[in-house]
Amino acid sequence: MSECLVDIPADAINPVEPYLRSERIPHIWCPGCGIGTTVNCFARALDESKLDLNKVAIVSGIGCTGRVAGYAALDSFHTTHGRAIPFATGLKLANPELQVVVYSGDGDLFAIGGNHFIHAARRNMDLKVICVNNLTYAMTGGQTGPATPDHVISTTSPYGVFEPAFNLVQLAEAAGAAYVARWTTFHVKQLARSMEEVMKKRGFCFIEIISPCPTLYQRRNKMGDGLDTMKFYKQVSKIRNGAPTSECGLTKSGEIVVGKFVDRDRPGYFEMLNAQMTETLGDRYVIPEASSCGDC
Amino acid sequence: MHADPRGVLTGVHFLDGDHACCEGTLAAGARFAAGYPITPSTEVVERFAWRIPTVGGVFIQMEDELAASITMQGAVWGGAKAFTVTSGPGFSLMMEHIGYAAVTETPCVFVNVQRGGPSTGLPTLPAQADMMQAKWGSHGDYGIIALCPNSPQECFDLTITGFNLAEEFRVPVMLMLDECVGHMTEKVVIPEPDQIEITPRRYTKKTPEEFRLFEPREDKVPDMVKAGDGYHFHVTGLTHDERGYPSMTVDTQDKMVNRLQDKLKPFTNGRAIFEAADLEDAEVVVVSYGITSRVAQRAIEMARAKGIKVGKFRLITAWPFPEQHIRDIAAKVKALVVPELNLGQMVREVERSAGGAAKVIGVPHAGGTVHNPEVILKAIEEAVR
Ligand SMILES: Cc1ncc(C[n+]2csc(CCOP(=O)(O)OP(=O)(O)O)c2C)c(N)n1
Ligand code: SF4
Ligand SMILES: [Mg+2]
Repeated sequence: MSECLVDIPADAINPVEPYLRSERIPHIWCPGCGIGTTVNCFARALDESKLDLNKVAIVSGIGCTGRVAGYAALDSFHTTHGRAIPFATGLKLANPELQVVVYSGDGDLFAIGGNHFIHAARRNMDLKVICVNNLTYAMTGGQTGPATPDHVISTTSPYGVFEPAFNLVQLAEAAGAAYVARWTTFHVKQLARSMEEVMKKRGFCFIEIISPCPTLYQRRNKMGDGLDTMKFYKQVSKIRNGAPTSECGLTKSGEIVVGKFVDRDRPGYFEMLNAQMTETLGDRYVIPEASSCGDC
Repeated sequence: MHADPRGVLTGVHFLDGDHACCEGTLAAGARFAAGYPITPSTEVVERFAWRIPTVGGVFIQMEDELAASITMQGAVWGGAKAFTVTSGPGFSLMMEHIGYAAVTETPCVFVNVQRGGPSTGLPTLPAQADMMQAKWGSHGDYGIIALCPNSPQECFDLTITGFNLAEEFRVPVMLMLDECVGHMTEKVVIPEPDQIEITPRRYTKKTPEEFRLFEPREDKVPDMVKAGDGYHFHVTGLTHDERGYPSMTVDTQDKMVNRLQDKLKPFTNGRAIFEAADLEDAEVVVVSYGITSRVAQRAIEMARAKGIKVGKFRLITAWPFPEQHIRDIAAKVKALVVPELNLGQMVREVERSAGGAAKVIGVPHAGGTVHNPEVILKAIEEAVR
């Protein structure tokens, strides 16, 4: 028999409920999975940001994290594996008034979609990219990905990973991101704040969230369950805002540097486009407006 | 609805097929293109990049064709009419996103200027060997429309038709040019904007509460929405129900996949676009498309001069295949002759539709140039023998 530890009033509402498609709950994620925690932070960030939710769109690729789009009560797109960023690019360019969030996994964004990530960052496309980095390809059963640290055991590295992993925050900075931060699912307050911050920041923004996949990653590597992972994150993470991203690489059980590393102003894609066209075409340039081909 | 005058370059021009196609996109109302350079298609986007800043819209050169073919679809859901352009290897890279467009019922246009393959093949030389790929290239069952222009004028006209059909049926439309048609320069007449019919996107009139993203109208096609209008809709490439939510059931799959094909059934008969001549007394009919139809025309004239009763049937909608038309013709003639710049692709469809009622003679060619009309003539002569 279960017993409630706190009295929840009958008319209580969950503050994040308006941001989720409650008719689609229960979700598919495992107990102890970190993805739900990040979604909770995202909902809180939306709440705090006071954005017009009709003008926020979310785009995901494929994977456990790729399912986030389907649970958000926004215009939402579950695209193909690796292609959330180019889809989001088209959405943003056709409808510049949208705030476009890309929410996807480490494999999706940095293996099959890695090329799109660096090019969108280079263009400073106005996208808010949120990566749930569970250090593995979870949806397909826990294979090695481009962010899997050395010595980790996965189904495709049964004797241990030996390929060097990407340092995602360093990659994002080098490619041109205007904003780069990393948190773990232990840092819910900071994460929600970062998410809220990027909603107000123009340009290509990147938040990496180190997140447990107890079912496939932690279990296989004898790192415990979801709760053990929280304790581990608490123990090994160090908040170092402004830390050089080159010093933020991850190892299997070493320090996790978290914080906001980059927050800079670069001209955005539209700014550069408009400036160049105005310079060369003058009055003949027609600034692209939000399309509406039903009544054009 | 008529064309937006801002995109229409009314007048008599001397253009190649690629440039005419670009003018077609602008006249059709396309205000977004995503591409990646590849011969012999690049001129389409080069011209678009040159024209669009003064029309009002966006061209973006993406990092590859995987990106281009999905960036286009993001733009469509953002409210734009959009297209992408490629050839051979690039078309191969786009396959996954043809399936995505089909299953999400995203109205959009893929321009493929066919070159010799396989692989890098013959970058600067013609072929028509992507015809089956256009139909079957993505995994699973779905439907698309494919149009085959045979002149720069048709590159203009059919591009507009393609955009209109994409909106009417909510499907990806393939414009299957070939290198010859893409690079040949001829007179192209661009009419006044009010002479150009445009199919606007059919946005739902329902409220967000009533609206279901994939609830079909009577014509089996659902209404559209776009991001930003408060519908909070969900689009997925997973098998989905009428709300757009993933549903992994046999029933949902059966209903969804069948509808994707059924909505295009009218093209097997009444809505098929084709050009036919001299069918009344024909003993042999030449079935061809694209550049090959122009070479076949020569062969047909030579055969007629020799007193052979030969007719022509030119496929303009190659997909869905105009089965009923071919079946009707086959019932009346001795043989069908099918020249094409591949080792036998559409000929199989002709054979299937003819169902044994007439002999079907393919005239294959590996590509790199067009047929010698004599070869087609020989096949016609053989057919009446
Ligand atoms: C083109 C393609 N290749 C492979 C897959 C199979 N696949 C689905 S999800 C996935 C990996 C996802 O990993 P990640 O992005 O890290 O997401 P996670 O499940 O870990 O959240 C793969 C390889 C696919 N759906 N499409
Ligand atoms: S497999 Fe891993 S990432 Fe996927 S839902 Fe389960 S715990 Fe989460
Ligand atoms: Mg992952």
